[in-house]
Amino acid sequence: MKSLLTFPKGGVHPPEFKTQTHGLGIEVMPVPDELELILGQHIGAPCQPTVTKREEIGEGALIGEVKKGLGVPLHSPVAGKIKDIGSSVHPVRVSAPSITLTVNHEAEAVHYAKEAWQHLDAAELLAMVHDGGIIGIGGAGFPTHVKLKPPANAPVDTLILNGAECEPYITADHRAMLEYSAEIIEGAKIILKILGINECHVGIENNKPDAILAMTKAAEQSSTPDASITIRTLQVKYPQGSEKQLIQAVTGRKVPAMALPSAVGVVVQNVCTAKAIYDAVVLRKPLYEKVITVAGKGIGRPANLLVKVGTKLKDIVEYLGGLQPGLSKIVLGGPMMGFAVSSLEVPVTKTTSAVLFLTKDEIDTKAHSQCIRCGWCLDACPMGLEPKEIALHVEAGRSELTEPFGVFDCFECGSCAYVCPAKRPLVQFIRLAKMKAKRPQ
Amino acid sequence: MIGLGKQGLDDNEEALRRVVSKQQELDDQSAAPAAMWKVSTSPHLKSSESVEKIMWTVVACLVPPLVLSVFVFGIQTLLITAVSVISCVLVEWLSQKALGRPVTIKDGSAVLTGMLLAFVIPPGVSPLLPILAAVFAIYIGKHLLGGIGYNFFNPALLGRAFLLASFPVAMTSAWLPPVKNLAIFSYFGGAVDAVSTATPLAVMKEKGMAAFTEAFGSGSDLYGSFFFGWRPGCIGETSGFLLVLGGLYLLYRGYITWHIPVSLLGSIGVLTWIFGGEGYMTGDPLLALLSGGAILGAFYMATDYVTSPSNKTAKIVFGMSIGALTVLIRLKGGYPEGICYAILLMNPLSTVLDGWFKPQRFAPPLGGAK
Repeated sequence: MKSLLTFPKGGVHPPEFKTQTHGLGIEVMPVPDELELILGQHIGAPCQPTVTKREEIGEGALIGEVKKGLGVPLHSPVAGKIKDIGSSVHPVRVSAPSITLTVNHEAEAVHYAKEAWQHLDAAELLAMVHDGGIIGIGGAGFPTHVKLKPPANAPVDTLILNGAECEPYITADHRAMLEYSAEIIEGAKIILKILGINECHVGIENNKPDAILAMTKAAEQSSTPDASITIRTLQVKYPQGSEKQLIQAVTGRKVPAMALPSAVGVVVQNVCTAKAIYDAVVLRKPLYEKVITVAGKGIGRPANLLVKVGTKLKDIVEYLGGLQPGLSKIVLGGPMMGFAVSSLEVPVTKTTSAVLFLTKDEIDTKAHSQCIRCGWCLDACPMGLEPKEIALHVEAGRSELTEPFGVFDCFECGSCAYVCPAKRPLVQFIRLAKMKAKRPQ
Repeated sequence: MIGLGKQGLDDNEEALRRVVSKQQELDDQSAAPAAMWKVSTSPHLKSSESVEKIMWTVVACLVPPLVLSVFVFGIQTLLITAVSVISCVLVEWLSQKALGRPVTIKDGSAVLTGMLLAFVIPPGVSPLLPILAAVFAIYIGKHLLGGIGYNFFNPALLGRAFLLASFPVAMTSAWLPPVKNLAIFSYFGGAVDAVSTATPLAVMKEKGMAAFTEAFGSGSDLYGSFFFGWRPGCIGETSGFLLVLGGLYLLYRGYITWHIPVSLLGSIGVLTWIFGGEGYMTGDPLLALLSGGAILGAFYMATDYVTSPSNKTAKIVFGMSIGALTVLIRLKGGYPEGICYAILLMNPLSTVLDGWFKPQRFAPPLGGAK
């Protein structure tokens, strides 16, 4: 067998748990009666509301805008009425400013027609990406138009679409690559035009052979000389979907510490972000819907759902047959890097890739014990750091001294904590260390 | 947020109540049921490996050599091992109680120490010796230094060193020749002095090669009996075959890596071959590896997580240094064996070696090192 691409250092093989949903087609969830749109959907400044209370708005209407700083506008996913501009439960920040929307079920859904984009220039396309409210929907939520405008001193020659989906349970990207392969490829071509380059690789892990096939077919069909799109099959290994690891797996280039991928001439976009760019440019439809995976033993019926941004977890639970006995933890995102939430009032945001309802036997509940210095975390760390040393320093109250062990290179993939036989919360120790240690420069 | 380790909320009513009240705070305007879900930072998924699993697996790997020792030296090896294990567990329990720390005797590390301690003492000693060694090794050598993970000497070898210093006569003369016709009760309760023998390396060191050949034979007979364990020695060190088998299983499970055993045994073999004979390049590396606890030390002692380095390169340096020190002690030192002190000498250096040989980072920052 031909050896598949992967990153050489570290990484782990958690059980995949993808069989629950990988065969289920994307299902459109009926719009609930009320949506809650968090104004800060991404890294950077939160939006300022551009609507007022009790205002009637249509589907796709602009409801929030970033006046200054890094950010993208926010659009209404449905026709309806602004019920309130207040605050909502937030998975990470506990509470966040938000707009509550009462859905008008009578209103007719907007029909989006395809429009030509080939005649538009890069600047116009980039503006459409911004106006479409597009952020990296793979997880980090970095505004896409910023990523697509790399610094002038770092010329980009390669675009990588991230279809690795290395987190266990999640199959949203997998389904999207199967069902929207042509749209994703078209989106990739738009990105290539914006960047003014013609080389694109799509990295997909080997556990999604049908997606690899569908994407290869779509890429072949629309191949043109000025857009060479190749599908690259990757070994299954976590955290392959991490930007630096994916770039190394596909191109062999190493992004230096504290640098952006453009430093090695690469831009990475999630496959679903490419689909969102297609929607924004070809259909002129802003980003207000999201494919998410709902899985775990704690939900009645696991599914891949197309939901409106702002749908609350309680509505998803109701639609999918309710919570099951034994539910122990609810996680937004994957089990390795996702956030546990304590309330079903939390709404889906543009960066939500999955909602996992995990029962007691699916999560770790063991208390942690003292470090036995086995060094497994050193072998697991894809960045070549020393998690055990960082954790020992934090425990000893010496967080300031952890910089030499590489705390700031850590992107919190959780591989170290996953393998730790003493079940130590290494990522949490590292987060604490990051707060106290002094950043170099 | 810091008390993440206390995830076993079900056992902890107060923590549960705290979670519930926080839940209600967050759900103030909601109609959701006041269910109790766990909240912690990622990752939410952990591997099925655990400290207990590792320790008990190593203990299991030591059972075949123990069973063999019963047939080689008689039933009292079982008694000594049992006394050693029980006293180690008891001392661990007492130490943790006395020091106000959580009791962790279930993790199997004290059981493992007890096993290994029994494996490195002669089969003819009084069962009182392992009790004293357990107190020294577990209480002083482990818990007074901070408990598991913070001890800087291998507890089992520390126990042996303690006994060697305190009871030098018993520890260097209570050897037994293999029993005949499976008469495993023949030494039990009897006078050990009457049957005592000497270990192969002691014979070689004190009486020379001729006496050694006379006592243990030569050629394939010699290697065969040493490989399968039919020879005098410490309780658990005699069978190279069973020890290597267990070591290979630990390698297969990923609980140990090849770095320390290979570099350690390799350097013993090479250095013995060069310096161990009458002239240069005439030593017997195979004999050196099959005697003096080299295999037991390489697979089970030097690989102890706590007292060995974590980085791969550091492990190789660590293993080679132990091998070199072992050969030095065997050839030039006062003891016929040597791996015990070699490992103990290198143990405290393991964190130093980890500091010298750092893992390679993914990529340095732009503009050179920080």
